[in-house]
Amino acid sequence: MIEEQKIIKILVGDLPKKSEEFYCGGFRLAQICCAQLDEGWELSYSFDNNFEFVSLRFFVNSIESVIPSISHIYWSSFIYENEIADLFGLKFKDIAIDYKGSFYRTQVKQPFSRPKQKKPEAK
Amino acid sequence: MSKRTIIPFGPQHPVLPEPIHLDLVLEDEKVVEAIPKIGFIHRGLERLVEKKDFLDFVYVAERICGICSFIHGLTYCVALEQIMKIEVPPRSQYLRTIWSELSRIHSHLMWLGLIADAFGFESLFMHCWRLRENILDIIEETTGGRVIFGSAKIGGVRKDIAEDKLAEIVAKLGIYEREIREITNVFIKDSSVKHRLVGVGVLTKDEVYKLGAVGPTLRASGVAMDMRKLGYAAYNKINFEPIVETSGDSYSRCQVRIRELFQSIDIIRQCVSKIEEGPIEAAVTGLPNGEFFARTEQPRGEVIYYAKADGTRFLKRLRVRTPTFANLPALIKMLKGCELADVPVLVLTIDPCISCTER
Repeated sequence: MIEEQKIIKILVGDLPKKSEEFYCGGFRLAQICCAQLDEGWELSYSFDNNFEFVSLRFFVNSIESVIPSISHIYWSSFIYENEIADLFGLKFKDIAIDYKGSFYRTQVKQPFSRPKQKKPEAK
Repeated sequence: MSKRTIIPFGPQHPVLPEPIHLDLVLEDEKVVEAIPKIGFIHRGLERLVEKKDFLDFVYVAERICGICSFIHGLTYCVALEQIMKIEVPPRSQYLRTIWSELSRIHSHLMWLGLIADAFGFESLFMHCWRLRENILDIIEETTGGRVIFGSAKIGGVRKDIAEDKLAEIVAKLGIYEREIREITNVFIKDSSVKHRLVGVGVLTKDEVYKLGAVGPTLRASGVAMDMRKLGYAAYNKINFEPIVETSGDSYSRCQVRIRELFQSIDIIRQCVSKIEEGPIEAAVTGLPNGEFFARTEQPRGEVIYYAKADGTRFLKRLRVRTPTFANLPALIKMLKGCELADVPVLVLTIDPCISCTER
């Protein structure tokens, strides 16, 4: 294993408080990732401090769920939040710079939120 | 109060090789706000992973970028190898390191040419790109490709480099090193270059870290963070320290890249002296089940490949966080307060790769 990676499962409402703890601990925001699973959306917020890589993870099961923005803590999170909003259609509250769906100028709106295509048969 | 004007910059602009749009809010000639927009060429390659066999997706990953194509393929392989617990043979780890560093050299030489072109030093631009051709020739001789190497694969590499060829590469790099030093001395010492770069777009150590910037943009402000220190490929067997400058301006970002050119040549020399005989690939058995965030250092900084697999041939999710994407907030901050004439140079100092960002 190249590095140990910790994933901490949280509830969506705990995100700002937990993010603030990382901020106060000297962590930088490394990335935010959204994965559309069969039951909903899994979001992972990854933080790094001197090669200590920790991710906060929570699950939302409705496209109508509103996720609190952490851009008042980590200003740079606005690009990740706008990206997820544009690609998946999830909603974020109080983003520092809210593009309201125009960060990605894609021809197909929310291209990653479409129903999943059937997996091809393995050869 | 001065009159405010909004100037649209891009997506087509002489200094931008790829499309990104900036709305520049100006007060006279001073930029008071910059708002980026991307997505003009978004390809949605991440989603393609859901219907492409995980072994074949290496080819797609390599095509995310035409400059650091090999490192994209490599990072994807690292993610899958970590999930599948594949032990990669030492020889292929050294070969991966050599190709990664060749990618860094040609990318940095390309960037030096572009920045020279941006501030109107045409002859310097041509010399940098002439030198870059030599590196591309080595890549072509060892992989068969100049842009897409096609040599990364899960479990190792597809191609070997013979011992005499490795010795020839080291000999050639010795010659190119002298030529690169001659050209890069112009960037370091020439007063007209300094005039355009020194004190322009300053970011402090604290600012750049909190903005989540990566790569030379981060290291130029004094943060010694380089993902190669994680020890992927053969970097755990190589002696090197991250290149750091402290001024945090455009000149420092240029200096970091210049010093990294020589560091990369040194790393290749170390690899050639330490490379072991042996197989270049390990067998891949079974199907991936699990998840991993693979992190490597591209010429522009840290790239993150998040792979999530569920025991089938098709991944559940692949997410690529590219260095240019992470550097966009830093770009917005450094543009604030700059002169309009400095915008093209400042945009280039993060070495933007929109092709990566629009994966």
